[in-house]
Amino acid sequence: MLRLAPWLLIAVLVVPVGAGLATLVMPAFGVHPGLGATTFTLAPWQALLAWPGIAQSALLSLSTGLIAPLIALTVVILFLAANQGTRLDRALHRLVSPLLAIPHAAVAFGLAFLIAPSGLLARIISPGVTGWERPPDWLIVNDPWGVALIAGLVLKEVPFLLLMSLAVLPQLSPERRIELARSLGYTPSLAWLKTVLPALYPLIRLPIYAVIAYSSSVVDMALILGPTRPPTLSVAVLSWFNDPDFSRRLMASAGALLQLGVTLSALILWWLGEQLVKPFGKRWLLNGQRTQGRRVWAAAGRVGLTLTTVTALLAMVGLGLFSLAGYWHFPDALPASFTLEHWQRAFSSLTLPLTNTLVIGVAATLIALVLVVACLENEVQRQLHPKHALWLLYLPLLVPQVAFLFGVVVAAESLGLRPQRSLVIAAHLLFVVPYLYLSLAEAYRRLDPHWMQVAHSLGASKWRAFWRVRVPLLLAPLLTACAVGLSVSISQYLPTLLLGAGRVPTVTTEAVALASGGNRRLIGVWALLQALLPFIGFALALLIPRLLRAKRNPRRGVS
Amino acid sequence: MKPYLTLAATMATTLLALALPAAASPEPSDWQAVLDEAEGQTVYWNAWGGDTRTNRYIAWVADEMQRRVGVEVRHVKLDDTGSAVSRVLAEKQAGNDNEGSVDLIWINGENFAAMRERDLLFGPFAESLPNFALTYPDDNPEVVTDFTLPTDGYESPWGKAQITFYYDSAYTQNPPRSMDALLDWAEENPGEFTYPRIPDFTGSTFLKQALIELSEEDDALYQPVSESDFDAVTKPLWTYLDALHPHLWRSGRSFPDSGPALRTLMSDGELSLAFSFYPSEAAVAVREYQLPESVRSYVLEGGTLGNVHFVAIPYNSPHKAGAMALANFLLSPEAQAQKQSLDMWGDRTVLDVNRLDEEDKARFEQGDTHPAELPADALSQTLPEPHPSWMTALQDAWRERYGTR
Repeated sequence: MLRLAPWLLIAVLVVPVGAGLATLVMPAFGVHPGLGATTFTLAPWQALLAWPGIAQSALLSLSTGLIAPLIALTVVILFLAANQGTRLDRALHRLVSPLLAIPHAAVAFGLAFLIAPSGLLARIISPGVTGWERPPDWLIVNDPWGVALIAGLVLKEVPFLLLMSLAVLPQLSPERRIELARSLGYTPSLAWLKTVLPALYPLIRLPIYAVIAYSSSVVDMALILGPTRPPTLSVAVLSWFNDPDFSRRLMASAGALLQLGVTLSALILWWLGEQLVKPFGKRWLLNGQRTQGRRVWAAAGRVGLTLTTVTALLAMVGLGLFSLAGYWHFPDALPASFTLEHWQRAFSSLTLPLTNTLVIGVAATLIALVLVVACLENEVQRQLHPKHALWLLYLPLLVPQVAFLFGVVVAAESLGLRPQRSLVIAAHLLFVVPYLYLSLAEAYRRLDPHWMQVAHSLGASKWRAFWRVRVPLLLAPLLTACAVGLSVSISQYLPTLLLGAGRVPTVTTEAVALASGGNRRLIGVWALLQALLPFIGFALALLIPRLLRAKRNPRRGVS
Repeated sequence: MKPYLTLAATMATTLLALALPAAASPEPSDWQAVLDEAEGQTVYWNAWGGDTRTNRYIAWVADEMQRRVGVEVRHVKLDDTGSAVSRVLAEKQAGNDNEGSVDLIWINGENFAAMRERDLLFGPFAESLPNFALTYPDDNPEVVTDFTLPTDGYESPWGKAQITFYYDSAYTQNPPRSMDALLDWAEENPGEFTYPRIPDFTGSTFLKQALIELSEEDDALYQPVSESDFDAVTKPLWTYLDALHPHLWRSGRSFPDSGPALRTLMSDGELSLAFSFYPSEAAVAVREYQLPESVRSYVLEGGTLGNVHFVAIPYNSPHKAGAMALANFLLSPEAQAQKQSLDMWGDRTVLDVNRLDEEDKARFEQGDTHPAELPADALSQTLPEPHPSWMTALQDAWRERYGTR
C-alpha cells in the first residue's frame, strides 16, 4: 500500500496541472470550439506580440521574479550568519510564523497604505517634519519599475525562506562547523558563511525555486502594488481572460503560455547564476580571509531582517487602525473618531465564508498530511533515497496559476465535475501538498532511525511504532507543517473562485470581492480576518506540543 | 448579429431543455407556471460584490424572495463581472449546456453585447415579467436599450446610473462644469484630478463623456464604429488628453485602477475633484466616513452620460424560473424603492414613478436630503451611451497611446 503513495501523490498534482495546460494549448493556436474557432492559426501569438507594452510586461515579470527572491535570500542568509543564538535571533524567530501567516494580499494592502504619499508614514511625520498639508504628488505605489511590488514580495518571502532554513539547519550541526572554523581564527559570521552556507544552500534550493516561480507570476500583490503602464504579464493575462471581447480569450491562452515561458526563463537564469557563482564562491571560501568586514556582516544581517519585520508589523497596524477608523483627514496621525461599525457589518455576513474556509482548509490539510506522511514513511521504511520524480511535486508551484487554472475549469466541466466544495478542496490540494511536503520532509528524514529500531526490538509492530514513537517525536514539525498547509489553503484566491464558480465563498474570496470596492476600512477588516485564521493555526502548532510535553514531564521531546 | 442563428440557438436550447427535465426552460408567458416551478429553486446570482451597501440590499432581496415565493437566492460576489461571463463561456466550451453555475448575472454594455453575440443568454423573457410594464418602455426607451443595442427581452432593467462629479469644497470652490473648463481647472490645480485607467468601466465612460463633448460628430457615436472614420472623429479627444495628462494626479504617469479607487484618493486628500457613475456615491461615502463633510456633488452643464444596468439569465442556467421570479421581484415598486433609499443603497429606480398608484409612489419619497447629495432636478439631462463598439475601439486606441510610458 505505502509503495503506491509517491505515485498517488504525484498523480494528484500532475494530472490537473497537465490537463489544465493541455486545455490552453489549443486556444493559443486559434482552436476554441466554444467560440466557434476551429482552424489552426498563429493569430493569437501575433496579437500577443503586437500588444502595446508586451515586451515590457514580460521583462517586468522576469525581473521581479529574480530580484525579489535575491533580496529575500540575502536578508535571510545575512541574518542567519550574523545572529546565531543572540537574543534578537530568538525574538525574531518567534515573529517568523505570524508573519508567514499573513496572506499576500493583506500584506500588499498594508504596505500600500504604509508607504503611499498619503499613507501612515507620511501622516505620522506631517505636517510637523514635512510641512505637508496635502499629500505630495509622488509616484511610490505602482511605480513603473516594480520597486513597491518587489518590496511587498520580500516581506512575504523572508519569513518563508527563514522558516525553511531553520527547519533544515539542525541536521547540519552548524555549531560544530562554526566552532571548528572559529578555532582556525574565523569571526563567527564569516565562519557561518564559509562553513554552514555551502551546506545549507542545496537544502533550501527547492523553496527558493518556488519563490522565484511565485514572484514572476504573482497576481494579487501585483494588482495592488505593481506597475500599471504596462502591468506585469500575469496581471495582463488575467485581464484578457476576463475581457468582454471574447476574441481576447485566444490571446489570453497564448499569454498564459508566454507566462509559463517567462517563469521557466527566470528559473533557468537563476540556475545559470548558481553555476556562475560556484567558481567564484569556491575561491572566496578558500581565500583564507578570516575577519574581513566583520562589523558590516553583523550589522547588515540585523538591519535587513529587523526592517522587513517592522515594516510588515507596521503595515498590519495601519490596517488595524483603518478597520476602526471614522473619517481620517490627511495629515492627522490618527483618525478623528473610532467606530466598530465596519467590524459589525463584516460579522453579519461572516458565517458561511468562515465555515467554508475552515472546512476546506482542514480537509485539504488533513488529506495532504496523509498523502505526504505515507510518501515519507514509505521512503524511510524502505530506506530509499528521495525519488527524483518527486520534483514533480513542485509542479503546481512552478507553473503559474494563471497558466493552468483556467484550463482546469474547462477540463473539470468536460468531465461533468460541477463547481462544489469538494472540487475546491481538490484544487487547494495542488498547493497545500507541495508546501506541506517542503515543510515536513527534512524533519521526517532526519529523525534518528534508532528510535524506530528500539521500538521494533521491543516487539512493536510497524504501525504501533509509527503511532507511539514517530508521531509523538515528530509532533512539533507535523503541526507546523499543518499550520503552513492551512495558511496556504486559506490564502488561495484563484483556485477557490474558479473551481467553486464563486459559489463557495471563503474569507479570501469575500476579501478580494470587497477590495474591488476600494473601501479601505472594509479591506482592513477583511485582511485582518484573513490573517487571523492562519495565525490561530500557527499558535496552536506551537502550543499543543508544549501542553503535551508539560503533561508528560519530565520526558522531553526531541527537537 | 445574425437573427436566424439566435433563433436556431434558442430553439435548440428549448428542445434540449424539453429532453432534460432537470433543466426545463419554463415558458415565460405562463407566469403562474413560472412561479410554480421557481418554488424551492436556489438561484445563484452573480453580482459585483465590492460595495457592502449593494451586498446588504441583495441580502434583503434574498430574505424577501425566500419569504414571498420560496426561492433561495445566493449572492455570488464577483470582483469583476467578466469572470462570470468567462465562466459561462468555459461551460459552453466544455459542453455543459444545461447545468450552468450562473443563474442570474448583473450586467450591461459590452458584457451584454458579447454574451448576446455568442448566444450565451436565455430569452426573450423580460417583457413577460408582470412588473416590467411599470417601466413603461414605450416612453422610457432606455430600459430596453443597452448601449444602443435593443435588449430584445434578453435582460431585464434593474437600476440607473449617471456620471456625477463631486469635489471637496474645502480645497476648491469653483469646480469645472465642462470638459474645456476641466482642462483649465487642472492646469490651475495640478495633480488634483485623474480618471481610472482604461479599460476600467468608469475610466472608459470618462473617455466617452469627453468625446461626446469635444466631437462635432455625435451621430457617428451611435452607429457601429466601423461605419465612421475613427481617427477623424476621435482626434479632438486625443488632443485634449495630451494637453490634460501632464496636469493630472502623478502627472499622468500612473492612473488609479478603478472608480472606487478615485474615492479612496479623495478620501486621502490626494484629489480635490472626482466623479462616479452613482449619483448618490458622494453622499453615501460621507455617511460611511470615507469622505469629508465638505464634499459636494454636481453634473456638467451639457449633461452627462447615463445608462441602465440590467440582470440577464445565462442560456445554461438550471434555475431559469427562479431567476425570472427574482428579476420580477427586483422590478416591484417595493424592491425598487428600497434600492433607491439612501439608507439601503441609493441606486436610482427604473420604474416610471409618476405613473405608479399613490401607495407605491409614496414609497419613493425620501426623507432628509444630504448636503453632499445632488439636487433632485440635476439629472434631467442624460446623454445616452454610444454603440458598444466605440468603447472597445476607444480602449484599444487609449492603450496604444498611453498604455505604456
